[in-house]
Amino acid sequence: MNWLFGSIAFWVAAWALNVWLANSPWRERRAVRIAIPVIFGISILVLWEGVVRGLQVSPVVLPPPSAIWARILQSFDILWRDFVQTAIKGAVSGYVIGCTAAFLTAILVDRKPFLRRGLLPIGNFVAALPIVGLAPIMVNWFGFGWESKAAVVVAMVFFPVLVNTVQGLSEASEMQRDLMRTYAAGYWQELVKLRLPAAMPFIFNGLKVGTTLALIGAIVAEYFGSPIYGMGFRISTEVGRLAIDMVWAEIAMAALAGSLFYGLVTLIEKWVTFWHPSQRG
Amino acid sequence: MALMEKPLQNEQGQGADCPKETVIRARDLDLVFQTNDGPVHALKDVTLDIDRGDFVSFIGPSGCGKTTFLRVIAALEEPTGGEIMVNDLTPDEARRLRAYGYVFQAAGLYPWRTIAGNVKLPLEIIGFTREEQEERVKKVLELVDLEGFERKYPWQLSGGMQQRASIARALAFDAEILLMDEPFGALDEIVRDHLNEQLLKLWERTNKTICFVTHSIPEAVYLSTHIVVMSPRPGRIHEVIQNPLPRERPLEIRDTPEFLEVAHRVREGLKAGHGYDG
Amino acid sequence: MTGDWMREKVLPVLTVVAAIFALWYGAAIWMNSSWTLAQAERAGKTLTFTEIVKDTMSQSRPKLPAPHQIAAEIWKSTVQKKITSKRSLIFHGWITLRATLAGFALGTAIGILMAIAIVYSRTMELSLMPWAVISQTIPIVALAPMIVVVLPKIGIEGRLIPKAIISAYLCYFPVLVGMVKGLRAPHREQLDLMKTYNASGLQSFLKLRLPSSVPYLFTSLKIGIAAALVGAIVGELPTGAVRGLGARILIGDQFGNPMQIWAALTCAAILAGLLIMIVGLLQRITLKRMGMAE
Ligand SMILES: Nc1ncnc2c1ncn2[C@@H]1O[C@H](COP(=O)(O)OP(=O)(O)O)[C@@H](O)[C@H]1O
Ligand SMILES: [Mg+2]
Repeated sequence: MNWLFGSIAFWVAAWALNVWLANSPWRERRAVRIAIPVIFGISILVLWEGVVRGLQVSPVVLPPPSAIWARILQSFDILWRDFVQTAIKGAVSGYVIGCTAAFLTAILVDRKPFLRRGLLPIGNFVAALPIVGLAPIMVNWFGFGWESKAAVVVAMVFFPVLVNTVQGLSEASEMQRDLMRTYAAGYWQELVKLRLPAAMPFIFNGLKVGTTLALIGAIVAEYFGSPIYGMGFRISTEVGRLAIDMVWAEIAMAALAGSLFYGLVTLIEKWVTFWHPSQRG
Repeated sequence: MALMEKPLQNEQGQGADCPKETVIRARDLDLVFQTNDGPVHALKDVTLDIDRGDFVSFIGPSGCGKTTFLRVIAALEEPTGGEIMVNDLTPDEARRLRAYGYVFQAAGLYPWRTIAGNVKLPLEIIGFTREEQEERVKKVLELVDLEGFERKYPWQLSGGMQQRASIARALAFDAEILLMDEPFGALDEIVRDHLNEQLLKLWERTNKTICFVTHSIPEAVYLSTHIVVMSPRPGRIHEVIQNPLPRERPLEIRDTPEFLEVAHRVREGLKAGHGYDG
Repeated sequence: MTGDWMREKVLPVLTVVAAIFALWYGAAIWMNSSWTLAQAERAGKTLTFTEIVKDTMSQSRPKLPAPHQIAAEIWKSTVQKKITSKRSLIFHGWITLRATLAGFALGTAIGILMAIAIVYSRTMELSLMPWAVISQTIPIVALAPMIVVVLPKIGIEGRLIPKAIISAYLCYFPVLVGMVKGLRAPHREQLDLMKTYNASGLQSFLKLRLPSSVPYLFTSLKIGIAAALVGAIVGELPTGAVRGLGARILIGDQFGNPMQIWAALTCAAILAGLLIMIVGLLQRITLKRMGMAE
């Protein structure tokens, strides 16, 4: 019971600290803005540990964070191999192929206003569909290896990136295009010097959405067939064996992979679209 | 410059020794926009000659076709009737020869380029060499008093400075004709006075032909050699007023009786052309 | 006007749809022909082109079924089946729809409440917002199998709730983001005006912030409902479900019946379209009533 009350007390204290920090004169400081969510996260972990220990929750239901951490250290080799298979080979390769294909398609589509008007509503609709459902079909077409995972990922990221890019390409204002006309700029000059840079904030929206979809696609596709490693494969087999700590270890890896992937794209976005009002603040 | 419909207008200064060279020649220009609410007659029977080195202001209530006329000159809009020639070429041919430096009401600088990068933009498109690009950027930024701001981004500058940068951009490739559509309309009066003064100096130094749209009578009188008074529905030229003020114009000239006299004529012209409606 | 609308909107869309169908048929012929040719070779026959095409469109287990085959399969498993039948796609669609709606309701509620908390408390904003963003970068599917296995152990039976949780997880975030934007939409002056009336916090919430947020809310709800459906299907896929559209995909895969997978996928797409349309309709009606329609 000490664990339970201790952890609750810790959580309350951490919250109080955050309240104080958030209303303190330094609240606009970068360090404070990072510290607050970190403190909150740590307090949740402590609370989790305390509740599980205090109430003696069965590890089959919910293992404490310390057990998950121990499992991560113990099985790091396996986790790493799974990570490479799923996140790098499946998700990232599919992501790169899908985004590139969507980008090139968008450039082609953009040349014909008729095509753009036709494709935009359809693309928007398809982007909202549960495309993950294609996973078993891709596994059937491309086999158990990472290729089928990449194929699912391609299908999933294609439409969000396509739609955002097409939309972004029409972002440049009428005035800026007129200006290009007074310079007698050619199509490619206008595209490279004006419309692509102006489209970047939109393109990155699509790319960011894509990062999450890519991991989802790669993991789900493994549920339908994979070699004997990979995050999705591990999760489904370990759930079957009720080795929930291993499942959580994989989840932690997946969360880390997802956050890193998203963070990386966000970082590139910051660098590319430094000029956009949303990035200047 | 002359308005062909009114050949009787006094054309003083049209001295024999210095033959005027017509740069823009419009004859009976018509432009009708087809809109959902029916046709809009934006320009009707517009006939106008603009000579090399003229500073022509266009003034009139909104909707009288000032912007449209500038856009027709720059080949951004196709007239539905009449004829327009720029240096004996069609506007589109002149556009391809990069005859126009266009300045809009909004500076329209690219936020992802520095000030120098923005001024360089037309130079890159036209294909100047790297050295020449640098050289020209330096020169025109000096011309608009922006040296030292090369590496700043537009959003780090005030509205007046942004507008100066956009003028520099229009000057950079030595376009023969400057088309300025209410370039100072969004700025406050103090900044505007300052920029007016600078623009006059610039015009004197470069001797470009300038077409300048404005809503402000004092601005028109202060800047131009000719003031074109337009009236709406359909958009047409009501009167062309030749400005008798000397080319040398300190800001104080705006308090002289001569200046006020010209301003009065413009105001009367606007009234007669039903310029003030409401 | 209507002519313009046809030419500007409908015609391009129809053209692209037609192009997609044409591509689909082409791909079906190309992908299915290898099986056709292999069969013919085994039988020692040579086939004409029309024979090949005909065969590629009528295989019972094609690599890529032609659209009309999928349509026929859907017809067979909707109109020609009793609604209560385990083979009826309407039955399975209903199962998925229930989880979707439950998750949508839960996710929307969480999203709105979190948004209110974040708008009114700096501590909440600074503590929660980064985690909300991170939550969306975590592939929820990694959690799905475990949620399904663990929930019954703590006394929550049935598959509806696990699926609804996954749905809610995907759907709360767009609602949260939209609502935060919406609740912050009123200008300084509008808020100051409320102050000059000496309005209470609750009053300015109900009379200013909440109404201002409605357009934003509906935009998010359209994204949210689609995300909820994705969540419900994701909740069925990796968990050995036997009922629901996701389960049909799963079973179709286990029994090597691609037609069934495609039919279920198509139904999911139709369902998504209907749901988005309904939310869009509600949006238009509500905004019109509130005088906010464009
Ligand atoms: N692209 C267009 N389509 C339809 N009508 C236009 C367009 N551009 C301008 N107009 C109309 O033509 C008239 C003249 O416009 P404009 O030249 O912009 O006037 P000004 O610049 O003098 O205010 C206005 O009635 C305006 O509504
Ligand atoms: Mg105008």
